[in-house]
Amino acid sequence: MKTLIRYTPLLLIAIAWELVARFELVSTTALPPLSDVIRAWIDMIKDGELITNGAASMYRGMAGLGLAIIVGAILGIAMAWWKPVNVLLAPIVEVFYPLPKSALIPVTVIWLGFGDGSKILLIFLGCMLPVTIGAFNGARSSEQVLVWSARSMGANKLRMLWDVVVPSAMPEMLNGIRTALALSFILLVSAELIVAQQGFGHLIGSLGANGSYDAMYAVVLTVAFLGFAADRLYLLITRWTFAWRM
Amino acid sequence: MPGPAQIIVDSVSHMYRPPRGREVLALDQVSLEVGNREFVALLGPSGCGKSTLLYLIGGFLPVEKGLISVDGAPVTGPGPDRGIVFQHFALFPWKTVRGNILYGLERQGMAKDEREKRAMDFIHLVGLSGFEDSYPSQLSGGMKQRTAIARTLAFDPKILLMDEPFGALDAQTRGLMQAELLRIWQMTPKTVIFVTHDVQEAVYLADRVAVMSARPGRIKTIVDTKFDKNDPNLFKTKAFGEKVDEIWNLVRDEAIKAQGTRVP
Repeated sequence: MKTLIRYTPLLLIAIAWELVARFELVSTTALPPLSDVIRAWIDMIKDGELITNGAASMYRGMAGLGLAIIVGAILGIAMAWWKPVNVLLAPIVEVFYPLPKSALIPVTVIWLGFGDGSKILLIFLGCMLPVTIGAFNGARSSEQVLVWSARSMGANKLRMLWDVVVPSAMPEMLNGIRTALALSFILLVSAELIVAQQGFGHLIGSLGANGSYDAMYAVVLTVAFLGFAADRLYLLITRWTFAWRM
Repeated sequence: MPGPAQIIVDSVSHMYRPPRGREVLALDQVSLEVGNREFVALLGPSGCGKSTLLYLIGGFLPVEKGLISVDGAPVTGPGPDRGIVFQHFALFPWKTVRGNILYGLERQGMAKDEREKRAMDFIHLVGLSGFEDSYPSQLSGGMKQRTAIARTLAFDPKILLMDEPFGALDAQTRGLMQAELLRIWQMTPKTVIFVTHDVQEAVYLADRVAVMSARPGRIKTIVDTKFDKNDPNLFKTKAFGEKVDEIWNLVRDEAIKAQGTRVP
């Protein structure tokens, strides 16, 4: 019930959208009525267009983000724990971090072509650093006395890294992963808009170019909903992982 | 000191190097011998290096000058023969009371059934039955420290290193925990080195009190403080009061000196 009340403003926007478009207060090419958009959405689900393109996008997003989380976490913890790794990688991270990753879209296409590979690489490169930096800061903040406690109970260095440093790094690393999750959607759709034969971004671009604005809005709303759902799911997982923090 | 020494600290000096600023001589030529199952308190003003000495014995800091040996073998790193209890508990916040206590037993490679039983025994010993599945964030300070003590005792180290373990507790809890520690210590006798700046606590708990001087840390004197710990009126006895006064006088000079170093 509470959730329902919380999201009433969205319902208000939906009603306003429908009314403004129905009474042609704005041009229906710029903003087709919401009911038309919903009808277009149902059609696209029926003929499978949204499903096949969505599946392609989801695969790219998850593969890129998954790789970014695994490699980013390992790099961040290694940088925090082994000085030589930090000396080697810190300047690279510093210089690469502020670069807008969308600038790499043409580069990844030159390297890996128009298919899945270039999108996965782009998302991987774009999402890795927030995870790395989160893991690095988290691992650096692991308390000395916890490390010492584990060592005195007979944990060797690798064991201690896994049992103390990784859980200590978890809260900050998960913040980094949340940023990465949002970035992955941005990069995915941008890359597909520019060069792709499949995917949400490609669909938005081609429908827009054909003037099928109701269908285009349907895809935009689908992407927005998936982004929101992914973030909620993420929060649910974090809350479950951190029962101990209260 | 009864019997041969179990822990030998021989002419140990230690430089403290802050990340910024000048290095400080934290310990200067410290020597100390502790017998098997003896309870020794390290007492001194803050900044006298008493915790540093404990960390050196624990193997957490490298011994750069002098020698520390335990049972005849030089200390080169931490090990499960020396358990440690810290002032701020140092429990794994992501593990429950039971999980914290099990951790050391897992690292010792104890079989599952055996370690589960042992964990429950020690939870019972420190009076935390019913809180097995609580996380540290759900416990009071006293309960956290009971958990930390149980965790360290459970893997059965020969030596118990305690770094101001009751310093973060309120006065009533501290009194209860002192009595509790003595009770547990009498049931599972171990060699204990106990760092504190509380004179009465040191005299009450320890067999001997090593009084340390202000920076650079040296051991000024070692005072015998053997009393009948089970005497409920111990605190009211004349002998106890005199011993506290005697040691307090030794510490006060050092505390004043420690303050004085900050005044130009």
